[in-house]
Amino acid sequence: MDITDLTLTQTIKALENKQFTEAELNSAYQKRIGQVNSSLNAFLEVIDTNSGIPVGIKDIISTKGIKTTAGSKILSSYIPQYNATVIDRLIAQNVSIIGKANNDEFAMGSSGENSAYGPTKNPWDLTRVPGGSSSGSAAAVAANMCVFSLGTDTGGSIRQPASFCGVVGLKPSYGRVSRYGAMSMASSLDQIGPLTKSVADARLVLDWISGPDEYDSNCIKKRLTTNDSRFTKSLKGLRVGVPKEYFGVGLDPEVERVIKAAIKQLADLGAELAEVSLPHTEYAVATYYIIMASEVSSNLARFDAIRFGSDRGDFGAEVKRRIMLGTFSLSSGYYDAYFTKAARVRTLIKQDFEKAFEKCDVIVGPVSPTVAWKLGEKVDDPLKMYLMDVYTVPPSLAGIPGLSVPCGFADGMPVGLHLLGKYMDEDTILSVGEVYEQATKWHQEKPKL
Amino acid sequence: MKLTLEQVKKVAKLAKLNLSESELAKYSEQLSKILSYIDQLNKVETSKIDPTYNVTGLSNAFSPDEIRPSLTQKAALFNAPQQDKGFFVTKGVFQEE
Repeated sequence: MDITDLTLTQTIKALENKQFTEAELNSAYQKRIGQVNSSLNAFLEVIDTNSGIPVGIKDIISTKGIKTTAGSKILSSYIPQYNATVIDRLIAQNVSIIGKANNDEFAMGSSGENSAYGPTKNPWDLTRVPGGSSSGSAAAVAANMCVFSLGTDTGGSIRQPASFCGVVGLKPSYGRVSRYGAMSMASSLDQIGPLTKSVADARLVLDWISGPDEYDSNCIKKRLTTNDSRFTKSLKGLRVGVPKEYFGVGLDPEVERVIKAAIKQLADLGAELAEVSLPHTEYAVATYYIIMASEVSSNLARFDAIRFGSDRGDFGAEVKRRIMLGTFSLSSGYYDAYFTKAARVRTLIKQDFEKAFEKCDVIVGPVSPTVAWKLGEKVDDPLKMYLMDVYTVPPSLAGIPGLSVPCGFADGMPVGLHLLGKYMDEDTILSVGEVYEQATKWHQEKPKL
Repeated sequence: MKLTLEQVKKVAKLAKLNLSESELAKYSEQLSKILSYIDQLNKVETSKIDPTYNVTGLSNAFSPDEIRPSLTQKAALFNAPQQDKGFFVTKGVFQEE
């Protein structure tokens, strides 16, 4: 048995049964990191652990005493003096931080290529991107460099790299998990969530990290619940909404084939399919890039090289681009035409989901219109890169939870099935994901490194 | 909409970014292209739609007004590029430009 193949729930059980010790567990992961990190560039910092459950943490999440760069040159020597709330909660569950995971600078990017510390490579094909912005978090889980990892998702940054690397990724509902200690990108959208080797693991980690926090006033008081009557073996009684707008122009035919097969499998497991419509989908990317960039320009104003960090000239090209776009859309004379306009369209996108959920319990579709693309392929055309976020940004704008579950391969690269739930109903998408996962073998496929 | 070089310079100043001539030219072109794409939002009728700034619906979430432990002075200054006698060294406010 290779210890590093085990999921979180399997690892906990094996430790309880004394199949191996925590020291052996950590040394197995340290060894694995030593073998593959130089070719993947998934971890920027590796910590010499010998106890606890070793996990990877996206380098935008503050870890006390451990360098946290956010993938930026501006924070090249920044050492947080406190832990993010999620880190304190993981430590309370006997988790140890084994690596700080590479990411697009300040979580801005869809490919991992915007890190000041070099791109992360996709473990399935080293010439391809792992997705972003939680690039290292996804690659590290796929390559068995940690038991699970944490990422952040503002417009798809957990789900899309999870899909590209063939792991499970969950973006919780906005307000489910405290953002305290995650460096703010776009405050009305940011969420922290897990990237894991199984759906059951994602449920467990969400249970650990979620819940009210006095340091994040947008964090809701209600605890996560697991419904006893949830779906466990069959999906009989489940209504699955299939939005016609998610299967239009731009969707790669091979990805479409894999997603349609997965949806058919949900029907074979007893679910009832219903066509739904999300008519404002075509405006989601434009809406997102105004709202996100505006919030970015405000949040990143704190980098003044006085309290921490270096000069603003050390921001990378994509970060500067978004600060510029956001500053413009918030500037006098353009505020109503851009920022307020986008906030109004956001209401329509949110209402699209509310109407669709009258006819179904979950919505399914692709996470990304294509599989992982080649490194360098889209770096010169920012708009082309932004358009790849077409399926992940609408749920982010609506604040609803989204889960990416491995559902097959196209051109030899992993494809993720996107399961979207009602606001604060992670329970249903997780149980559908669990049933689907148990009925398939996709999550057992591992990259050959 | 198209952003002129002058507009880009003004935005860079508002954002406190010192951009080179080549960066200004590049962002003028790229931001114009991005804004032209974003202008499709004008096709959506929104005159009767309220804006959404926060999806939780929470407002005025107060915490109790009480004194609690916080970062020590040493910890707060730990990452400061420059410090003097327990204070952050800031840039001059009036001498700038």
